[in-house]
Amino acid sequence: MTGLCVENLSVKLGGVTILKDVSFAVGQGEVVGLIGPNGAGKSTALRAALGLVERLSGSVRAGEIDVTSLEPRERAKLMSYVPQGAPVHWPLTAERTVALGRVPHLNPWQELSPKDEAAIEASMRQTDCWAFRERLVTTLSGGERSRVLLARTLAVEAKYILADEPTASLDPMHQLQVMDILRSEAAAGTGVLVVIHDLAQALRYCDRLVLLLDGTCAVQGSPRDVLTDEHLRTAFGVEVSRWDENGLQFIVPNRVIE
Amino acid sequence: MIKSLSDRPWALNFILLAGLVVAGVMSGMFGQVNLSPAQFFGALFGSADNNLTIIVRELRLPRILIGILAGATLGYTGAALQGLLRNPLADPGVIGVSASAGLGAVIAIYMGVSALFELAVPLMAMGGALVATLILMTLAARDSSILTLILAGIGISSLATAGVSLVMNFAPSPMSLQDMVLWMLGSLENRTFDDLVLAGPFILLGWAIMIGVGQGLNALSLGSEAAYSLGVNVKALRWRVVLGTALSVGAAVSVCGAVGFVGLVVPHFVRAFIGYEPRRLLLPSAISGALLMTLADIVTRLPIGHGQLRLGVVMAVIGAPVFIYIIFKTRESMR
Repeated sequence: MTGLCVENLSVKLGGVTILKDVSFAVGQGEVVGLIGPNGAGKSTALRAALGLVERLSGSVRAGEIDVTSLEPRERAKLMSYVPQGAPVHWPLTAERTVALGRVPHLNPWQELSPKDEAAIEASMRQTDCWAFRERLVTTLSGGERSRVLLARTLAVEAKYILADEPTASLDPMHQLQVMDILRSEAAAGTGVLVVIHDLAQALRYCDRLVLLLDGTCAVQGSPRDVLTDEHLRTAFGVEVSRWDENGLQFIVPNRVIE
Repeated sequence: MIKSLSDRPWALNFILLAGLVVAGVMSGMFGQVNLSPAQFFGALFGSADNNLTIIVRELRLPRILIGILAGATLGYTGAALQGLLRNPLADPGVIGVSASAGLGAVIAIYMGVSALFELAVPLMAMGGALVATLILMTLAARDSSILTLILAGIGISSLATAGVSLVMNFAPSPMSLQDMVLWMLGSLENRTFDDLVLAGPFILLGWAIMIGVGQGLNALSLGSEAAYSLGVNVKALRWRVVLGTALSVGAAVSVCGAVGFVGLVVPHFVRAFIGYEPRRLLLPSAISGALLMTLADIVTRLPIGHGQLRLGVVMAVIGAPVFIYIIFKTRESMR
C-alpha cells in the first residue's frame, strides 16, 4: 500500500483506552477527513500518527518506511502538523513565523537559502498573507494568524499534512479558504489528513472519511457511504437535512434525537 | 526596533564586539595605577617595565577575561532560558544554581577554609552549583516538563537561600559575616589566573553543551508539540539548555559572586535592535553580557563614595532602571 498507513493503532492515556485497533490510510493527492463526536479520539489518532503520543501498539508507515524509525528531521519533512489553536509565543513578524516551517531543512548553523525563501513566499502567497509579512503575529486578527500558521505548515513542503481542526474559530469565508488551500495542496500531490467537525465541509472537501466512535473506527469510505442518516444517528445522535444546489451536496444537522 | 539592524544581525554583533574590545582595553587601563593605551599594550605584549607587566598580566588580564567569560555566560544563558521557557522574565537564576553557588561560598567563609587557601570559596561555590544541578536533574528526570523544571528551580533556590540565611545567622564573627555579604554582592577584584583555570573549563563545557540550540528554540516559539513536528528533539533541547546553564552559570557565579540582572536585562536590550527571534538573540546577548560586565567592572573602580563599589550592586543599579525602561518601550508588542 502506498501513502501514509496507520495500522492497528491503540493508545492508552492515563490508564484509559483512547484508541483501539484503528487503521486508516492517506494516499498522496488525497484529502481524508477524520470525523466523529467529541472524545472519539480524532486528535489523538492524528497525534499518535505523528508520534506526539505514545502508541500502545500499531504501526505508522509511509510506503515501505516505518515512520517511527526516521530521524526527527526526516520525519518532519515527511509529515507536517497544524496543531489546534496553536500559540505563537513571541511577537515575530509573519514572515519569520512562516520561516519556522523551514527548520527541518536547516542544520543548526544554516541560514535560509534562496530555495527556503522561495518556499516561504510561495506558501504565504497561497494563503494570502504575503501582503502583511512584515507585521507582528501578535497584532494580527484570528483569521490572519491562522493563515500565517497554515502557511508555516505549507512551507515545510512535506509529503503529508496532518491538520487538527484547521477551520476552528474561523469565519465562513476563511473556513472555505483554508479548505480550498488544503484541496489545492492535495491536487499538487500532497496527502492531507484533516480532523473536521463540519459535516457539509467533510462531504464537500474530502475524498474519503474515517468515522471514529469511542476510540474505534466505526466506518470508513467515500463521504456518501460514511455520512448516511443511520451512521450520523448512531455516531452523533442527530437527524440531518440534505439538499443539492448547483451540483453540490449539503448536509446540516437539524435535530437532536431524544 | 531599529530596522536596519533587524535585517543585519551580524552588524549588531560587529558593533558590540568592537565595543567589547574598547571596553576591555579601558578596563586594562584604569585602576589604582592608570595607564595610557601605549603602556597597557606595552605591558601586555612584554615591552614595558616589570611592575607594569605584573599589573597588567597578573592583575588586570585575568579580571578582564573572567568578566568577559562570566558576562557572556549570563547573557547567553539568559537568552537561551527565555527562549526555552518562552518567558521574557526568565533568567539564569531561575534554575537555582546561582543561589546554591552562594550557599557553597558562604559555607566556605563560615568554616574559615577561605583563610587557609584562596580558591576555597570558588571551589565550594562550584560544589554548591554542582549539587544543585544534580538535585535539579533528579527532580526533573522522570517528568521533565517546563513546569517541573521551574518549580524544582524555585525549590532549590529557596532552600539555598534559607541555607545562606542560616549560615549568616551563625556567622562566627562580624568579619566573616562581612565577607559573606561582600561575596554575595559580587566582585571581580583580585581575581587571578587560578580562578580562571578553575572556572574556565566548566564555563566552556556548558557553552559546548548549549551550542547550536538556536533552531530548536526558534521552533519552540510555536509550542513544544509544533516544535516536535518540526523535527526538534524537545526533551534533549531542554536538557541541553538546563545542564549547559547549570554548569556555566554555576562556574561563572563561583568566581565573580552573585551578579544578577545580566541574564534578565541583556536579551531585552538586544531585542530592541533585532526583534524577538530566539536564535538571533543568542550571540548578541552573549557579547552584550560580556560588554555590560566589563563596563560595570570599570564603574566599580571609579572613586565613588567611600569604600569599594561592588559589581552586583552596580549591575542592579544600572540594570533595574534599564529593565523598567525597556518594559515600557516594548509592552505594546508583548501584548
